[in-house]
Amino acid sequence: MSPIGVDEWVARSGERHDRGSGPLESLRRLGDRVGWWQRLAVLALVGFLFGHIGANGFQQTVAFNAVIYAILAVGLNIVVGWAGLLDLGYVAFYGIGAYGFALLSSSAFGNLMQQTGGVQLPAYASIPIVLVFAGLVGLAIGLVSLRLGGDYLAIVTLFFGIAFAEVVNNVDPAHLGGPDGITSLNPIQGLGGAIGSTIGYYYLALIVLIALMAGLHLLDASRTGRAWRAVRDDPLAAQVMTIPVNAVKVMAFSFGAIVAALAGAIFAAQQTNVFPTNFQSPVLILIYACLVLGGVGSIAGAVLGGVLVTVVQQMLASPTDAGYLFYGLIILALIIRVRPWRLLGAMLAAIVAFGFAARAIVGAISHSAIAGSTGSVGWIGSALRHYVIVPANPMSYGNVLYVLLICALVGIVRLKGIWRLIATVPTVYFGACCWEARLSVDPAITAQIMIGAILIVMMAVRPEGLLGARRVEII
Amino acid sequence: MAPLLELDKVSLAFGGLRALHELDIHVDEHEIVSVIGPNGAGKTTLFNVITGIYHPGGDIRFDGKSIVGRAPNRITQLGIARTFQSLRLFLNMTVKENVKAATYGSTHATPIESILRLPRARREEREVNARAEDVLGFFGQRLQGYRFDQPAYVLSYANRRRLEIARAMATGARMLLLDEPAAGMNPNETHEITELIGRLRDERGYTILVIEHDMHVVEGISDRVVALDHGEKLTEGTFHEVANHPGVIEAYLGRNPEVLQK
Repeated sequence: MSPIGVDEWVARSGERHDRGSGPLESLRRLGDRVGWWQRLAVLALVGFLFGHIGANGFQQTVAFNAVIYAILAVGLNIVVGWAGLLDLGYVAFYGIGAYGFALLSSSAFGNLMQQTGGVQLPAYASIPIVLVFAGLVGLAIGLVSLRLGGDYLAIVTLFFGIAFAEVVNNVDPAHLGGPDGITSLNPIQGLGGAIGSTIGYYYLALIVLIALMAGLHLLDASRTGRAWRAVRDDPLAAQVMTIPVNAVKVMAFSFGAIVAALAGAIFAAQQTNVFPTNFQSPVLILIYACLVLGGVGSIAGAVLGGVLVTVVQQMLASPTDAGYLFYGLIILALIIRVRPWRLLGAMLAAIVAFGFAARAIVGAISHSAIAGSTGSVGWIGSALRHYVIVPANPMSYGNVLYVLLICALVGIVRLKGIWRLIATVPTVYFGACCWEARLSVDPAITAQIMIGAILIVMMAVRPEGLLGARRVEII
Repeated sequence: MAPLLELDKVSLAFGGLRALHELDIHVDEHEIVSVIGPNGAGKTTLFNVITGIYHPGGDIRFDGKSIVGRAPNRITQLGIARTFQSLRLFLNMTVKENVKAATYGSTHATPIESILRLPRARREEREVNARAEDVLGFFGQRLQGYRFDQPAYVLSYANRRRLEIARAMATGARMLLLDEPAAGMNPNETHEITELIGRLRDERGYTILVIEHDMHVVEGISDRVVALDHGEKLTEGTFHEVANHPGVIEAYLGRNPEVLQK
């Protein structure tokens, strides 16, 4: 063994850094030991088994949406994660795919073509047309934005995205349907007839997703993938190293557009209708949330992010599931962060004791202050009924408590050591009260707050995302 | 024999600032030419006009072909590759990928061929892999083995400089432009770089134009030295001719006020 010089030491700093701990890291190391296509096969197997275990209709819809978001995130990863182009018009390509499919597979063109039936192309003809069209639009947007970088590119593409939503909303309602959208689309014709069920579209989307993951993995390891990542890291150096930067950027835009359009076409066929609201900025933000949560630059991360965000969103829509998610995340965070387990036990006991004490004191002062009912139903609600403080009219109380909770959270991250642990006890209790009094009552708002909170925590704990690789910026 | 690289009255101005003025420089095949000059003399600008980042007036011919106005990636494909003074690696890519990325211009597989792993894509990938291992092997053990799959940002400063040279070699160029290859290195590493530049020419047949401030390096490697100041060529010749030229001494040390008054 030769002695390790300074040079070696510096060189291995990355290795030492990679040797992180935690369940995610061990999972990643386990994953590294098997080949990528074996991992993909496992994923495909899990996906198909899910369809076979007899999921109910609601679960099938959630699963279908999860796969659609995974496809969208994988496509966005090409543009943002690999080529490093902040494309905020991405959702428009999703819309172009959906509307393109809708126009070609319904009677929307009925009057224009002088025939009552409209165009009514079969899916094997209409989808390729839509994909080529989306690719060309991506090419055009890419060409227009070639000279733009960073913030400018983001704003210009955002305008493109907004313009698309405005066009389908306001221009040519006779064909595009305006706010009413286009309805009664033809289903996609499979080998054994039309796909008529959600689970059928789930399988179709899953096949598309698996094929995309395999294809993009191979592309990532090829000259094209390397060129994209080189352009992201240093466009000038890439240009000097024989990479035609402009062509490579436009290609990334086009590829992303095609993937998004494919997701749009499948989504439209499953829904059998398209509405402008399905392709507006909130959807764009969700797709970005998927990618950021999963890990920018990682295909597996994009898929994981797509599934997680969709499932979290659906759980938050139902009060019972939302309660599981909220309390589950708190307990999970405590288990991960508080060691050793004796301390964890003491903390949980303290949280329980603090709650009952606080409720007893408040109840002694004013009985009406604890007279309200919990927002959660089911066993969580009955378990917490005699624990949390919820007044008879919880609305304004809940709002104040929410503000206090935010203040407590801001304060808690500034504390160190034992003081942080002590402050955690009332904060968790505040959180439970706030949830029961206010947050669980308004699921639509709470969903946004929770996804935001998850991303904030992610940024602090693991800025590279769940499966992303750590990245350095060039100084 | 015509020189490999020939600059003919090359001028470049940024607004009112004359960065380069009617510069004539030539580099013969298998020659090592050093460019020296004080800060702001126009050395890096010279590299930028040769590699097509700026488009100058005058003419630049490489291997008999004019390269003025061509895109940087085309010029590199014609055979001139460079390194950067402020290191510009693809930091988030692995060591091997950094080198492979520079082979983009000499490979032709389309994305579809790459996805389907068609014969041309597979053959090119094999060639690119072999080429990457070959150029990294030129630097001995330093960029070998476990280093292949490490991200470039974990490399030490000196190894980043070596990787930049490896990346330039992988483009398939005949001529290398090295921008301060010894900057920020300790005396040992500086000595090593001096040897390395000699080996690049002797073993691999490269023609080399190098910007360097370290006069030991310049003395050790140069067949010829060109001195620049204020974008103009002060003089050129052997190291000792240039080092003793009054204009060069003046550019580096300043003028004697008494001489100025005469």
